[in-house]
Amino acid sequence: MKKAWLLAAVAAFALNGAVEAKTLKWGSAREIASLDPYSFGETFTLSVLNHVYEGLVRYTGDLKIEPALAESWETVSPTIWRFKLRQGVKFHNGNPFTADDVIASLARVTHDTSPLKGNLPAYKSSKKIDDFTVEIEVNGPYPLLLNDLTNIFIFDKEWMEANNSLLPTDSGKGVKGYATDNANGTGPFKVESRRADSKTIFARNPSWWDKPQHNIDVIEFIPITSSSTRVAAMLSGEIDFTNVAPLQDLPRLTASSEVKVLQTNELRSVFFAFNLGDKLVESDVKDKNPFKDIKVREALYRAIDIDAVQKRAMRGLSRNTGALVAPAIPGYEPSQDQRLPFDLAGAKKLLADAGYPNGFSFVMNCQSDSLVNEEEFCQAVAAMWSRAGLKPNLSLAPRSQQAPKRVKGDFDAISFGWANEPMIDAYSLLVQVLRSKSGTGGVFNWGNWGDPRIDALIDKSGVELDTPKRIEMMKEALKIAKAEHLFIPLHQQPMAWAMRNTMASTVQASDNKPRLWLTTMK
Amino acid sequence: MPAFLFKRFVNAAGVMLAVAFLAFLTFRFVGDPVELMLNEQASQAQRDELRVRLGLDKGFVLQFATFVGNAVRGDFGISYRNQQEVFTLIAERFPATCELVLVATFLSLAVGIPLGVYTAIKRDSLLAKALQFISVLGVSLPSFALGILFILVFSVTLQWLPAFGRGEVVQLGWWSTGLLTASGRKALILPGITLSLFQITLVMRLVRAEMLETMRTDFIRFARARGLPSRAVHFRHALRNCLMPVITVTGLQIGNLIAFALVTETVFQWPGMGMLFVQAVTFVDIPVMAAYLIVVSFIFVSLNTLVDLTYAWVDPRLREDALSGGANAR
Repeated sequence: MKKAWLLAAVAAFALNGAVEAKTLKWGSAREIASLDPYSFGETFTLSVLNHVYEGLVRYTGDLKIEPALAESWETVSPTIWRFKLRQGVKFHNGNPFTADDVIASLARVTHDTSPLKGNLPAYKSSKKIDDFTVEIEVNGPYPLLLNDLTNIFIFDKEWMEANNSLLPTDSGKGVKGYATDNANGTGPFKVESRRADSKTIFARNPSWWDKPQHNIDVIEFIPITSSSTRVAAMLSGEIDFTNVAPLQDLPRLTASSEVKVLQTNELRSVFFAFNLGDKLVESDVKDKNPFKDIKVREALYRAIDIDAVQKRAMRGLSRNTGALVAPAIPGYEPSQDQRLPFDLAGAKKLLADAGYPNGFSFVMNCQSDSLVNEEEFCQAVAAMWSRAGLKPNLSLAPRSQQAPKRVKGDFDAISFGWANEPMIDAYSLLVQVLRSKSGTGGVFNWGNWGDPRIDALIDKSGVELDTPKRIEMMKEALKIAKAEHLFIPLHQQPMAWAMRNTMASTVQASDNKPRLWLTTMK
Repeated sequence: MPAFLFKRFVNAAGVMLAVAFLAFLTFRFVGDPVELMLNEQASQAQRDELRVRLGLDKGFVLQFATFVGNAVRGDFGISYRNQQEVFTLIAERFPATCELVLVATFLSLAVGIPLGVYTAIKRDSLLAKALQFISVLGVSLPSFALGILFILVFSVTLQWLPAFGRGEVVQLGWWSTGLLTASGRKALILPGITLSLFQITLVMRLVRAEMLETMRTDFIRFARARGLPSRAVHFRHALRNCLMPVITVTGLQIGNLIAFALVTETVFQWPGMGMLFVQAVTFVDIPVMAAYLIVVSFIFVSLNTLVDLTYAWVDPRLREDALSGGANAR
């Protein structure tokens, strides 16, 4: 009898425990592309799927690289890296994690039809040494392999074979893949169910290899596109957490005693870049390009009253910068963070000296749905340039319409933001944006900017395996860009999350990626 | 009858083809999907290669022809963003939109017709005048403002109803319904009302105008002279004669609502076709946009056909005439 009572009590306790499963409702601003991390090159989708899939290495809460599925690594030669894999790791379906999985995943992500191929630019081949040792060969000495690998998630080879998913899906062929709506990773959470545009449920993975620092049983991932609805859901308690708290609603959220706003600055630095080709696209100066004159660029720089931009357009939430990369990015140099002062008279004089006392007209391409308050700061800067006597012609439209023009160089000035993700290293900005166009470099060099001195430094740093030396080279390159006013820096974007008092703590890193495996609830 | 339906079928195919053609004509201006599909680190060569694989390097006539060729075989391709079959994506979202629209239409008739009759019969009463005034508001308030207002009042302040989503849904074959669960029905209320408010006022004003017209006709006077009770006069004789335009408008509006519920759907995060279309536009998801427009034009044509068929049911005089498409006009 006594025993029966005890059993009942235990059962009741267990039931009680089950009822109190800790569920975190995450309201995001958009839906993830699919459950396949290799299907659409988007940082946000990757950051959500990182709860399910993991890479060989990962970033800590303060953006340092630490071992994940790989336990340790060494460079055998400048082009060969050897990784020791973690033993005893299991995929969500129970399959053990081995070297074959790593090799199959690398083959999948670097396949020609994979939109993420560019995330592993240096990859050449990989080789199994034994079940828990893998060698990766790169094209040439390449210092950033680990950074790249943080975003290359590992799939289960057997599972891919069984479901005919060894290759990534190809939009051109028009055939759906199994991994698009099924997932099998090694991560702290597994996908329990998914209804697109409504809810994706992730459940705790009890056999995760790492010691969990979170106490969440279930994550309900709920996309809420409309920002006012998201704020309302936050206030009414229908969601616990959002990684996109709209800036204009922060006062309302802060005013609620049940909601806490977490606000900081992103890695993304915002600046203006110019068409430095032979001629402007739309201007009353027909025979030459005024922006090629450093005096003109300096005039535009000095004409910007950054405090006014910060206060009005950015609601006092951005961080003004003189550097092209954020402080958390290797390659940042505090002495480069000094801005030229706001000096309208000086700007006018510089323009007159350059031969444009009455200014000139040019088209300014900004996007309405890309950077934080882009519309507002572009309008503010256009007004400031007008005050200096210039005639900027502001073209504002959604990203989908502006991007093709920007890529083609069909602009005179553009607003531009660069987060250096997923690499989290200034090399990303240097090789992708600042480098003159070459085989693989300068993909984002849309306006023919660039400087042979900078190119040489970039190329040298790209094969330098000694980190301090490499960083010095990058700083040097950024210094030249700054001295030339190749770009006019504005600010680091603000970012804001909000959480209800159902949550105890979370880690907000400046890469703006929620890491719910580092999050606790009350 | 079969001839009539066949004619309509050919008609529908023509409309769909024309819509697809116009759509492909505009797709060149909506942007470049490749820039959104690949992330920052992709090289120019990879970008160009993907463009070729998607067939985006070809002229629009060729792209259009390829699309039509595939569509005839029932192959709409896969979404660039979701990597899922476009047809499945739309079929998944359709029930949500359809239920929302049916609820809104039901509300608009259930509320709009009685109000219309009332304001016509008692047109000098204070209440009728107040209703007339409110209906002007209903027509002029944009639905996103109304939706947000509802959310603030009923979700945030009173906490009676959910601010977003469809609640729990039950899967019946390929159809998902929210009507069978309490949370699903609750979730329908706010978006349903938001979507129907314009409709309610439209139906009400339409019924009122028609009633006023009909009440002046001779047969109503005769009916009154015969001493029929006013209830019978109003509802059996007068109202029935007013329903023709109401059916037309409601039928056409259902098509409109299905196609353009996207504002309401976005405000309430309603996982319907409108949300899908908005996302497709954001990411220049050409296969989804094309298929969506085709589906919507098909819905419009079928609804028109249905409306014509209902005419005959309501008005016996039109039976022969409408169904033969006007060929046997006497």
